[in-house]
Amino acid sequence: MTDNNVHADAAILEAAGEELPAKPTRPMLLVIGRVLRDPVGLLGVLIVTVMVLAAIFAPWIGWQNPYDLSQLDFMDGRLAPGSQSMSGVTYWLGTDDQGRDLFSAILYGLRTSLMVGVLSAAIALVIGTAAGLTAAYAGGRVDTLIMRVVDIQLSFPPILIALILLAVLGQGVDKIIVALVVTQWAYYARTIRGSALVERRRAYVDAARCLALPPRKVVFSHILPNCLPPLIVVATMRVAYAISLEATLSFLGIGLPVTKPSLGLLIANGFNYMMSGDYWISLFPGLALLLLIVGINLVGDTLRDVLNPRMQR
Amino acid sequence: MTAFLLRRLSQTVITLLVMSVLVFVGIYMVGNPIDILISASATPAERQQIITAMGLDLPVWQQYWIFLKNALAGDLGNSFVYNQPAIRLILSRMPATLELAFSAFVIALLIGIPLGLYAGLKPRAVGSRGVMVFSILGFSLPTFWIGLMMILVFSVYLGWLPASGRGQTVNVLGVPLSILTLDGLSHLVLPALNLALFKISLVIRLTRAGVIECMQMDYVRFARAKGVPEARIVLLHVLKNTLIPLITVIGLELGSLIAFAVVTETIFAWPGMGKLIIDAIGVLDRPLILAYLLMTVVMFTIINLIVDICYSLADPRVRLGEDSRS
Repeated sequence: MTDNNVHADAAILEAAGEELPAKPTRPMLLVIGRVLRDPVGLLGVLIVTVMVLAAIFAPWIGWQNPYDLSQLDFMDGRLAPGSQSMSGVTYWLGTDDQGRDLFSAILYGLRTSLMVGVLSAAIALVIGTAAGLTAAYAGGRVDTLIMRVVDIQLSFPPILIALILLAVLGQGVDKIIVALVVTQWAYYARTIRGSALVERRRAYVDAARCLALPPRKVVFSHILPNCLPPLIVVATMRVAYAISLEATLSFLGIGLPVTKPSLGLLIANGFNYMMSGDYWISLFPGLALLLLIVGINLVGDTLRDVLNPRMQR
Repeated sequence: MTAFLLRRLSQTVITLLVMSVLVFVGIYMVGNPIDILISASATPAERQQIITAMGLDLPVWQQYWIFLKNALAGDLGNSFVYNQPAIRLILSRMPATLELAFSAFVIALLIGIPLGLYAGLKPRAVGSRGVMVFSILGFSLPTFWIGLMMILVFSVYLGWLPASGRGQTVNVLGVPLSILTLDGLSHLVLPALNLALFKISLVIRLTRAGVIECMQMDYVRFARAKGVPEARIVLLHVLKNTLIPLITVIGLELGSLIAFAVVTETIFAWPGMGKLIIDAIGVLDRPLILAYLLMTVVMFTIINLIVDICYSLADPRVRLGEDSRS
């Protein structure tokens, strides 16, 4: 008897296992294909890929570890782009006031920026999705409460909330991630609630309920996958925004600590020397930041057009 | 309407209370302002005396209670650093910030709406694509970096415009304004443009989307069939309907301009509230931080309220006080 049951369970699991991954992968490939076929989307994907690879392989591409003070030479401080160092190395992008090779520093800065941006967006995504789904599925008072909090929070600009939080929390990578998560979860919550409310009224949800599936399963395996398209678009844009916000906060001197120069800090540092014409310390990290954000936004824009059936002309 | 205002008011009070408690407790747990305020050479007796005088030896809830009681009487405490009432410090810096934010706001509308209108009416024209590329860039460019580049180009290399300060000001009803003098105006141009850049992109996108949507409406087709001149259709029928949703969004953006002015003020050394708060965070000037936050919350609530009222005036279909959410 037990034997039989086990077989039956395995069959169900197998069926479910086959059905579940197979269903989302195909449309996903389709979407990726469409994004790559769009010239703007392709450009965005290329930029982002190059930036991500550069960030990941920073220690191998950059020849200097900008955080290791023993590798820095003060004699090489504030050298113009293309100048030779004392030891004969060429600084193609120049150096900052501490003699850091800007190219290496930008690669490491990209690492920090990407890590903070992606991590905070991912955590905010999870929290926001949970809150939005709960609100949509529970309805009633829970919904009102959650959405009131979301509304109130969204009526304040993110930079203000981040400013308050960092004033309270102090500096640090973990603190800035917390601040970015708090400023962003509400966007995800609002997005997912909107689409979940629409999906909840669909026939397939009724069907799933009639099968007496537990609410958890209805929400996560039936409603959630159908809410993903707008969520993906919002998430892409939010990563770009988080990176920009982190750079801004670091520039203001309340984000990341000086010991871990992110792109924002490098730019802030260059600001001090700009008036004397040393433009490169601010210019190049800024260009890297710009390229990264433009790349992500291009991908997001294309994704939105691809995923939104109304935009297909 | 009255019910709506009352509900809004109570919501504001709750937000203010929650915010003040969170920030008060939060700041209380971070660092000790005494270390910054009292010189290392002070004797323990002097130290103790100052701590008692400032009420820093009391438990946190008691400190909060005193703060709350004073706040209700309009006293948000003295700044630790400047030793002046925090509220007066902020009010003295507020005109500069408001002037900057409003200038940026007007610039965003004056540039954004015509460009958006153009891009919406001729979506396939080369010029429209250019406008859209500009708007994507405006969205992506980090404001602070663009500010630096503006200084680099217009102040350092070209030497056309000054890079810091407010320049000469004129007192209007006791409020100093830069915009009325030539020197002040030249100081205002760069920061205002810098602050406006992001909003220009936003206004372009919103206007364009609204215009494209409106142009497909039946009433536009009807007006055309009736022989109404195209200019009148665009200005009266399309633009008016486009502006309604725009009011809500850009109204809220006015608030975000004031908050974002923090960045611009830091770059251009514009002596506004933003600069004050950044410095205050640096030295843990608790009363000043708290006062700034509370004032901003009040300011935001007022702006949001005005936006909602404007919205209902512009669109008679909207009734305030009814929960439109479902």
